[in-house]
Formats: sequence, structure tokens, C-alpha cells
Amino acid sequence: MAAEIGHLSLWVALAASLVLAIFPLIGVHRGVLAWQRYARPLAWLQWMAMTAAIVALGYSFYINDFSITYVANHSNSELPLGYRLSAIWGGHEGSLLLWGWMLAGWTALVGLLSRSVPLPMVVRVLSVMGMIAVGFLAFMLFTSNPFDRALPWFVIDGADLNPLLQDPGLIVHPPMLYMGYVGFAVAFGFAVAGLLEGNLDPAWARWARPWTTVAWCFLTVGIALGSWWAYYELGWGGWWFWDPVENASLMPWLAGTALIHSLAVSEKRNLFRAWTVLLAIITFSLSLLGTFLVRSGVLTSVHAFANDPSRGAFILAFLVVVAGGALTLFALRAGRLSGQGGFKAMSRESFLLGNNLVLLAATFVVLMGTLFPLLGEAMDIKVSIRSPYFNAFFVPLTLLLILLMVPGMMSNWKRQAGKPLVRRLLWLAPAALIGGWLGARLPGATPWPGTLALILALFLVFAHLDDVVRRALAYNQGLFAGLRKLTRSYIGMVVAHCGLAVLVAGVTVVSFHETERDVRMRPGDVAEVGGYRFEFESLSDPVGPNYQSQKGHFLVSRDGRPVTEMNPEKRTYRASGQVMTEAAIDGRLMRDLYVALGEPLGDDAWAVRIYHKPMVRWIWLGALVMALGGALALSDRRYRKPMGGVAGEQA
Amino acid sequence: MNRPDRGELRRQRGVSLWVFLPLVAFVALAVLLASGLGRNPEELPSNLVGKPLPAFQLPSLLGERTITPASLRDQNWKLLNVWATWCPTCYVEHPYLLQLAARGIPIIGLNYKDETDAARDYLANLGNPYSEVVVDHDGQLGLDLGVYGAPETFLLNPEGRVVLRHAGDLNERVWEEKFQPILDQARTGGEQ
Amino acid sequence: MRLLLLLLLTMLGQGALAAIDVYQFDTEEQETRFRVLTEELRCPKCQNQSIADSDAGIAQDMRERVARMIREGHDDQAIVDYFVDRYGDFVSYRPPVNAQTLVLWLGPAILLLLGGGTIVILIRRASRRVEDDEQ
Repeated sequence: MAAEIGHLSLWVALAASLVLAIFPLIGVHRGVLAWQRYARPLAWLQWMAMTAAIVALGYSFYINDFSITYVANHSNSELPLGYRLSAIWGGHEGSLLLWGWMLAGWTALVGLLSRSVPLPMVVRVLSVMGMIAVGFLAFMLFTSNPFDRALPWFVIDGADLNPLLQDPGLIVHPPMLYMGYVGFAVAFGFAVAGLLEGNLDPAWARWARPWTTVAWCFLTVGIALGSWWAYYELGWGGWWFWDPVENASLMPWLAGTALIHSLAVSEKRNLFRAWTVLLAIITFSLSLLGTFLVRSGVLTSVHAFANDPSRGAFILAFLVVVAGGALTLFALRAGRLSGQGGFKAMSRESFLLGNNLVLLAATFVVLMGTLFPLLGEAMDIKVSIRSPYFNAFFVPLTLLLILLMVPGMMSNWKRQAGKPLVRRLLWLAPAALIGGWLGARLPGATPWPGTLALILALFLVFAHLDDVVRRALAYNQGLFAGLRKLTRSYIGMVVAHCGLAVLVAGVTVVSFHETERDVRMRPGDVAEVGGYRFEFESLSDPVGPNYQSQKGHFLVSRDGRPVTEMNPEKRTYRASGQVMTEAAIDGRLMRDLYVALGEPLGDDAWAVRIYHKPMVRWIWLGALVMALGGALALSDRRYRKPMGGVAGEQA
Repeated sequence: MNRPDRGELRRQRGVSLWVFLPLVAFVALAVLLASGLGRNPEELPSNLVGKPLPAFQLPSLLGERTITPASLRDQNWKLLNVWATWCPTCYVEHPYLLQLAARGIPIIGLNYKDETDAARDYLANLGNPYSEVVVDHDGQLGLDLGVYGAPETFLLNPEGRVVLRHAGDLNERVWEEKFQPILDQARTGGEQ
Repeated sequence: MRLLLLLLLTMLGQGALAAIDVYQFDTEEQETRFRVLTEELRCPKCQNQSIADSDAGIAQDMRERVARMIREGHDDQAIVDYFVDRYGDFVSYRPPVNAQTLVLWLGPAILLLLGGGTIVILIRRASRRVEDDEQ
């Protein structure tokens, strides 16, 4: 019964979004106010219908209704309840439902929180988002219905959720990621609405900005969670593999970061308007492209969904309509949007232009590296692309980005005198001293790019601290009173930039100074890694709710003092027979110890992989700090007023 | 005074070509994506195509003799089939291999990283489609052949060169689509 | 030799034994090369994993072969070439630089140059506007 309610709800949502996509928009063009007024209620109706659908699916998982194909394929009666519910988004159909539900939620929120925005603008935005919802709902109903029943012959018990996904990290990772992807639909909606209206004044950027920042924060956290999950769940100790699925999330993030900065210029200076609109379109299109790449099977990836070319064809057609349509509109309208304001070569505008170019180039590198294998197929060559290619470009681009960030953040709008700027760049000197000292002091050799990265990360932090102090002192009320006067959006920027420094430091140190050993160990054996002594004490065979396990017990000590106990596992899941490596991790701020059981080698001996990873946590910490910066910027007073008070609380 | 540059003039006329650039780039991207639909990215071409078999000197599963590429060569087209008792798909394709052998197509087996006794039992119980079986116990010949999993089947021409490699199970459909056309062409080419 | 060492250690029998590396090398430099190489070679059987990451049989064979070739004194290029000869460019995560991959390697640089040029033009125009405003 629940499935039928859910199925019906999807149809109701489709009807609501279809009406939303058409009639209020006609109302705007004909100037019929009554038709425009329907936009908000329709957005609400769509959201309620989608909520009913997702609740229905959750309930079907709760009662183990294995007559529903999707439930049967992604759950099992032995699966713990928490995972049964997170299995809602454990597969293709359900994750689409989550996408759609979030899109409907964002649409309803835009309706709710835009009382200060002129009605025709709101209606256009809601209509554009309605069009996107139509595409997603049609996709779901015609190719990927999560409520399909396998009647009359259904299975007694389900096939179980993929063990890789039976993990707390995976409960939150996809929702965060999708909140980001879908959040960029709002920026897209504002961009297309602005193009339709033909007037992209600074108010447009002011409305679109907080939504973009919220989406960016979610995406940042989502990507960080995904990286963290890969780190502890895949058992290879890596935190980023440049896999197509990861790249699919990185591209909208990079473009979205550029968008945030370009929106700032559009709002403050009424410049780069066409470029900002284009970036908004690109960012959301890249979110859709990611969906296509993950679900169409055109690329080989570690964590792909069940692939299906017919679904790929549908998403591609959808992408062509959405992105192609928006870009056509852009081509027709953007020619009239050239900026009128002037700025000198030395000014914040120039540095932000440079920033946008670097971020765009980084996006392009990811796009190229991800899609080149496809191009290669067309040319009949088979190539594989991963870190050697991406690192070759990302290392210099990141360093260049930092080099532009510092003067950009220090410079004034419109024009900046060269001398004071150069004088403040002297912060480079202490940064170089400390960075160079650190590079030499860390165990093992640091190649020069590593030292340079450390220096620039320090420089970034010093320069921002210097700037904070200067701005606070400029109020002439003493440092602390001045600090309190600084706006939240400024502090948010400083925090986000320092987050990048933390991330760069983490990446650098862990890349150049981690130690790894693959050893053959039997109970009683000892291995030394990174100054720590790992004793393989014993092996046990505990039984989990839906799996059998082999668990190693390791005693870790350093200089004779016990540090911790670690218990890596090898699990065999009963329903699927899949074997999973559960690494044991002892995480501290400055280092992680990581033990994973490999293959049994006979005679009680195991291949054991042990890592010492200094500062690896800084990578995710840096990402979280960046997201925190975004959240701080959102809590700025000026957003709380015009946007209706709730926008800041979402991040 | 105002110095109207070319960009300014173009803007006044309302013509600006760069705004079409993103659309053009996107269309190219969409075409590329469409070309990838329905293609299997996991299928690997063999680097051995056009080359003779690499040198090896390995024992036979069927008798006390040593096999080399030269000892396998005669004037026939033949198949080289990589199999093992631990490979589930091999059991699936086995009946079809027997059919091919009954039709008179010579098949050489490459017993890949397997237990010799288990392999002998396998052939005794399920029937032997192979005219000769090379034992590659430690998988080194497999590595030289670029084998990435069993089963794989190579088509060798009379000169002993690799013409085609198929990864995965061999069945009627694959035979008709990939192998038969080459053999047909060779036959008609030979008659001309 | 290794067996003898094992026996010796067993006979000493003082509780904990030092674990033995799965792949043994003479120098630390060789071990580092092994890590880098196994990260940069792709497992042909798996879904986008390096042979260092994969438990597949073929990945194990390839790891062993890499270790052996390092011990035998082959340089990195020779080892990668060995696998590329057998499995094609696909097997290396470092795509070759040739006419077909030119757009891959040069594309980003071209984009940066074009974008940089555009920015210079934009900034020139914008700074001229500042001067115009002030005249």
C-alpha cells in the first residue's frame, strides 16, 4: 500500500511541477498577477508530494516490503534499522528520489524566503526550478521508479545493501552532496530568471548569493565526507583517487567557488554580470553532468551505480535541454550585459578575475582528465588517467591560486596603490623562514614543491591575520572592540581562506611524509612503522548482525609506552557473500595510525598493511573550516534582514 | 576624450560572438557524451593483435612433453582458450567449446594458474575440447599474453599470429559476431 | 635464505617476532619506487583501481612482477614499458604524450593562455573607463 501511495505522490509531484513550470511563467509574461500567485503554493504542493513519496519509501524499507524491487535489491531482513532507512538512497532509484525531494525542498524554501524579492522574479525562479523538477520526476517515473513491484513472484528476503554503504559516513554523505548539487539549481534558477527578465542588476546577485553559499557549504562538507569515507572504508588508506565519481563532485565545487567570488563582484560593483550568469549555468550543468557520468556507464569507476545506457540517454537529453537551453538563452541575451564600471589593473576586481580563471582552469583540468578516456575511445586509444595527470596541474594551479588570494583579499575595489600592497606582502619572509624550517625538520626529505606549498599556506594565514588586525584597528577603538565590528561575511571569508591553508598543509605533509608497510604477520609478530611498534596480539572471529568477521587485535606502543589498541576486521556479509576490509584507525590531530588486514597467507599469517599518516586529518578539517567560513558569511546581518531570517541557519 | 575601441562599437551594434562560445563548447561536449553511450568502457583491446605468440616453454597437461610456440604451429586457424577450474564462467562456456571442437576447430587450452590435478579431473568429467593444453601454473605466460582474467580466447592465424582476442565467455552470438566473419573473409580471400 | 632467517628467528623464540615485508627489497629507495609504480599501474581486471589498491589475482601477479623487476635492476621506464607492451597504454595511469593526447596535456595550458589574454584585454578596457570617468 505504501508503495502505491508513494508512486501516486510522484505523479502528483510531476503534475505540480509541470503546472509550476508553465502557468506562473505565462502569468509573468502576460502580466496576470493571479497566475503568478500560484507559484508558491504549487512549490509547496510539489514538496509535500515528494515528502510523502520519500516517507512511503522509508516505510517500505522499515516493514521489509521485499515485493518492491528496489527494497529487495537494497535491503535485507537482517540489516540494522538505521541502514535500512539510509538504504533509501543506497541505490540509483532511491537516490534520485532523494535528489528530487531536496530539489522540491529548495524550491519551497525559495518561495518561503523571498518575500523581499519582486514577485515576477520569484515566479521565474520557481518556474525554472519546476522545469528541472519535471525532468527529474519524468526520469524517475519512466526509467527508474523506486516503487516498482516485483509481483507476483517476489523474493522472501532482500539481497542486502552493498556492504560498502553499510556505514555511518554513508548515511550523511549523499544527502550533503545532493544538497549541494541541488542547491546550485537555485543559483541556476536565478541566472535563467535574470536572463529572461533581461535585467541583471546588483540586486540579482544579492538574491542569488546566499543560496549559492549555502549550496557550496553543503557540497564542501559532502565532498569531505566522501573523501573521509573512502579513506576508512575502502581500506587502501587513500583519501582522494581522482575517480570519475569524485571528479563529478569536484567540478561543480570548483565552478561554484568561482561563482561565489564572481557573485561578490557582481553585487558590490555591478561588474562581470554576463560572466557570473554563465558561471551559475556552468556550475549547475556540471552537477547534472556528474549525475550523467555516475549513472550512464560511459566511464569505469570504483563506485558506479548500476549502469544503464537508456538511463544515460535520458539524462543526456535532459542535460541538453537544461544546459543547452540556458546557454542558448545566454547567447541571445548576454551580449547586452557588458559591464560599465571601470577598475585599474591593480585592484580587487583584477585579482578576482585571476582567481576565476585559475578555478575555471582547474575545473577544465578535471573535466578533461575525466572525459578524455571517452574521447580516446572515439580515437581508438585506451588511456587511464589519475593522479600523475591531475597532480601535474593541480599543484601549480593551487599555488597560483594562493598567490592571487592574498593580494586580492588585501586590495581595494577599483584601484589599489602598489606600494602598500607590496609592503604587506613582506609576510612572505617569516612564512618562508618557518615553512623552510618545517620542510627541513619533517622526517624524510621534502621536495621543493612541498616546501613551497607549506610556505604559501603559512603566508596565506599570516596575511589574513594581518589583514584582520589592520581592519580591526582601523576603527580606532582598540583591537577587541574593532574585532567585534568586523562583518560576519568578512570573517567568513578569512576563515574559509584559512581553511584552504589547513587543507593544503595537510595534503602536503601527508603526501610527502606518510610511511606505509605491507607486512606478513602472524599473531605474536611485531612491525615498526613511523616510530610506532605494532604487535599483532591475537585473532578472533566475532559475529555481526548480518556478517561474519575476522578481527585482529593489535597493541600499539611507542618508546615502550602503550599508545592504543587497534582492531582491524575482515567481514564476510552473509546475504551477498561480499568480503569487506574494515580498517582500524587511531586518529589524532597530528597523525593517523591505520591498520588494514589484507589477504590471509596461510598458517595464521596475514598480509597486513600499516600506515603512519601525519596530518591527514587536516585535509577534512580544512574542508570543514572552509564550510564554516561559508556558514559565517551567511550569518551576516544583511542576509538576515532581506532574506527573511532563516537563510543563515541552514548551513 | 572617449576613445571608442572596436569592442565598444561591436557592443553598440549588439553583435558579440563570444557569447556563443559556451553553447558551441557544450554542443561538442554533448556529442562526445552521446558517443560514449552504449559503449563498454571495460572492454580492452589486446596489444598482441598482429603479433606472434610470445616465447615460452611450458609443460603439457595432456602428456609428458614441453610446448613452445613453434610446436603449436601448423597450417590451420586455431583458438587459444585461457581457462581454469576456479573460473565460474569457464564452466559456462565449456559446452560451447566442445561444440566448436566437434565442428573441427582446433582449440589449444591454456590452463591458467590452476592445480594440475583439478584441471585433469575437469577435462575428464566435462569432456576435453582441447587438442593441446599448456600449463601456466604461475600465470607468467598469461602476463605475457596480457590476460586479465579467465576466460579469454585468442584467434591465431596459420602463421601463428594473434588476430583477435575476446575476453569473457565464448558463445554462439560472440562466435557469429566476432570470429566467424574473420574466418569467412580468410576463406574467400584464400580462394581468390 | 629467507627460510633460514625465519627458522633462526623462530628458534630464538622470544615472544614477539619482527614481521616480514610482503615484498622485500634491498634498499629503501627500491621500496619507494615500488610504491610509486604500483600506484601508477592500473589493474586491468578491476574498476579503476591501481594494482596497489586491488586484491584481484592479476593485480597480485603484477605486483610480484614489479617487485621482481625492481630487484633485478630494471629502471621504472622499463617496468612500465613491460606492462604497456602487454596491456596497452590503458595499464599506466600516466598517459603518454603524443599527437593523440596533445589536447589532454596542452588543453589546460591553452585555456590559461587564452583566458589570461582575455583578462588582460578586459582589464585594459576597464582601466581606460576609469580614466574616462575621471576626465
